Amino acid sequence: MWQFFHKLGSPKWFFGIAARLMPWLLAGGILLLVAGIVWGLAFAPKDYLQGNSYRIIFIHVPTAFLAQSVYVMMAVAAVVTLVWRMKLADVFVKSVAPVGLVLTFLSLFTGAVWGKPTWGTWWVWDARLTSMLILLFLYGGVIALDRAINDEKSAARAVSVLVLVGVVNIPIIQYSVEWWNTLHQPSTFKLTEKPSMPAEMWVPLLLSVLGMYLLFGWLACLRMQTEILLREQRTRWVKDYVLAGRG
Amino acid sequence: MAFDSLSAFWVMEGHGPYVWSCYAAFFLLMIGLMVWSWRRRNAVIEACRRGIELKSGQQTQQAATASAASFTRVKVSQD
Repeated sequence: MWQFFHKLGSPKWFFGIAARLMPWLLAGGILLLVAGIVWGLAFAPKDYLQGNSYRIIFIHVPTAFLAQSVYVMMAVAAVVTLVWRMKLADVFVKSVAPVGLVLTFLSLFTGAVWGKPTWGTWWVWDARLTSMLILLFLYGGVIALDRAINDEKSAARAVSVLVLVGVVNIPIIQYSVEWWNTLHQPSTFKLTEKPSMPAEMWVPLLLSVLGMYLLFGWLACLRMQTEILLREQRTRWVKDYVLAGRG
Repeated sequence: MAFDSLSAFWVMEGHGPYVWSCYAAFFLLMIGLMVWSWRRRNAVIEACRRGIELKSGQQTQQAATASAASFTRVKVSQD
């Protein structure tokens, strides 16, 4: 166990593992996402209340889901950075923050466009939407803080503290639809209950959520590889890798 | 299929512009992010390779200068 933990902290070891995983993550991600979206757009039945506008759900839910779970992953990595000073954890936070930013923006955008035909408005300052907007600002803050501090170790510590302070927003997003009266509908998927929609609707949704997770895995590996190369460029193994022309 | 024709699929009973603009933004940003990340990784590899080659070139030049200097005759006064 400790040996695995120790290995996981080695940028060189991670670089090799990521290179082997990436083709599978990319192929699996594209396959599942395309299957989910095509099924959802063309074959899933129309919603009796919302009509065809509900088909936005097949990208809205995966992006919103990922936006939150990427932040939770970043918070775990922030704890690892602060407690064990593991370099890879900091590399992870720095690499995936822009991905989280894009996913949060997409979930807000698709939500706003879906809101217009469903609620009659693009935006309301209700709990779910506002807390998601705060998540967008948190991702922006993490990226800005990291770029503002030149020293790598100080930046890693400052960013970790900010990520951990911001994690309080995640349960607020999650439970906002239950704690307050909001326009937003309750969660489609719950761990303890059956999905609140028929299988012809939730199966494609599940496929696109899984596809997005795999694509995120590919993006995280790729961006972490880039960050590792930048940080370790003076080491022997990076020189060997670069000169071998394996790009 | 949930639609009778391709045009019905496109129009989606008036909801087409909402649905398609969401999917357009999604694919544009996701593909953009993936391509940007891929190109950045390749650019970093290229920059590292050029840095290493430049450094090894300088070292070769320095070594050549140093060896040339070892053969330089030093004028010593014959008085």
